[in-house]
Amino acid sequence: MNRTVTILRTGPQALVQDLGRPGNAHLGVPPSGAIDPHSLTLANRLVGNDETAAGLELLLGGAQIHANTSCTVAVTGPSVEVRIDGRLADSHQPVHLPAGATLEIGTPRTGLRTYAAISGGIDVPQELGSRSTDLLSGIGPEPLRDNDVLKLGTPNPANGADVVPPITVLQTLVIPIRLGPRDDWFEDAETQLRQGSWTVSDRGNRVGARLQGTKLNRRDGEIPSEGMITGAVQVPPDGQPVVFLNDHPTTGGYPVIGVVDRDHLRFLGQARPGTRVRFRPID
Amino acid sequence: MLLRRCGTDALIVEVDSLTEVAAVRAVLQGLAGVEELVPAARTVLVKGALQQVREALKDIDLTKAPETHSREITIPVIYDGPDLDLVAEAARTTADEVVKLHTEATYEVAFCGFAPGFAYLTGLPAQLQQPRLDSPRTKVPQGSVGIAGEFTAAYPRSTPGGWRLIGRTEITLFDPKADTPAVLQPGDQVRFVIA
Repeated sequence: MNRTVTILRTGPQALVQDLGRPGNAHLGVPPSGAIDPHSLTLANRLVGNDETAAGLELLLGGAQIHANTSCTVAVTGPSVEVRIDGRLADSHQPVHLPAGATLEIGTPRTGLRTYAAISGGIDVPQELGSRSTDLLSGIGPEPLRDNDVLKLGTPNPANGADVVPPITVLQTLVIPIRLGPRDDWFEDAETQLRQGSWTVSDRGNRVGARLQGTKLNRRDGEIPSEGMITGAVQVPPDGQPVVFLNDHPTTGGYPVIGVVDRDHLRFLGQARPGTRVRFRPID
Repeated sequence: MLLRRCGTDALIVEVDSLTEVAAVRAVLQGLAGVEELVPAARTVLVKGALQQVREALKDIDLTKAPETHSREITIPVIYDGPDLDLVAEAARTTADEVVKLHTEATYEVAFCGFAPGFAYLTGLPAQLQQPRLDSPRTKVPQGSVGIAGEFTAAYPRSTPGGWRLIGRTEITLFDPKADTPAVLQPGDQVRFVIA
């Protein structure tokens, strides 16, 4: 018998995400995958899944998941209200959904992206080794729509009860950044980065976090397109930095002043518009 | 050759020509621990195994192009593109001659980018090396075969684009569900034939 859930309501945006499809950039294929992989892997562990299983990435929560079969669910990411058939339940730990029950996820108090893992994982077909939706190139499943039915894989035996802490997104982020590969396009790149301050713009998405604030002064012109990695901080002619997230283009022609470490990138990926950002250049 | 640091675990290898890019790519291809290897016009981005990468690049001969091609691909083309006459005029020749020039040459995939499976092919005859359109099209149909500067390419899917279009192919150039999703990969040798 097929195990399924129905996504009664998606909220602002609901995507299937796993850890993405890195290793295909030479074909022009972005890495994609969960913007906050830490939260997704924790959710998977709570429900007994492999860390690589596909779950839901929910922008600003707001989703309703109906269990057509008995399953275990864990909601992670920022602190958020979770209800089962209208009754308050716990986030950040495994909760059991009997067949016919509906899980309702509220809007997180801080942060942008909530993750939901379901026992067995979401079983959509893989494309280039991953089930992730890539919003830039259209690889993977379409963004989910209300009433979509999702197949689940075979669940593993439960791990036993456990709890993980919610991710906290601070009002001001101080992000370590490594200079290069094109810091020589900027006069004293290190000082410009250290002294500038920005806020997260509302025009950001899974392709990149756009920052607004201090103009980074750079040389005019463009570089012949070159390979880009996740975390690269590209500076277009207007001097407003764009930090590449998982669905970033594999090549680009604007100079990259520095690269944000993977471990800190998820905080930028979780930062709401208006969050203040400063950079701390490191060696 | 210049090595530029790119975060904690990647490097941009900057060289002076597409030939040198091909040489760098060939040396680093298949190196254990390399997670990404992305050739471009004047650079190769390499992620992972940086110590081995630096070692491998120490005594590289940049003039030595890779001798063997991993694969040879033939692409059938219907030469009825909307810019065929424009290209013929700019080359001071006929449309038939443009087709002859385009099909007689042998190309190599220098790199991919812009969209999944979009391969930039070098080896375009000098007469066909022409600028992009003054005003790009908002929609270039999937399969369109075009030229721009020193490159020729086939559009894996419909996108905006400014290349001069000389024909179209009906083969699927990129299928994310296939075992080999991209028909064209860096280093492949390519020929166009009349469909």
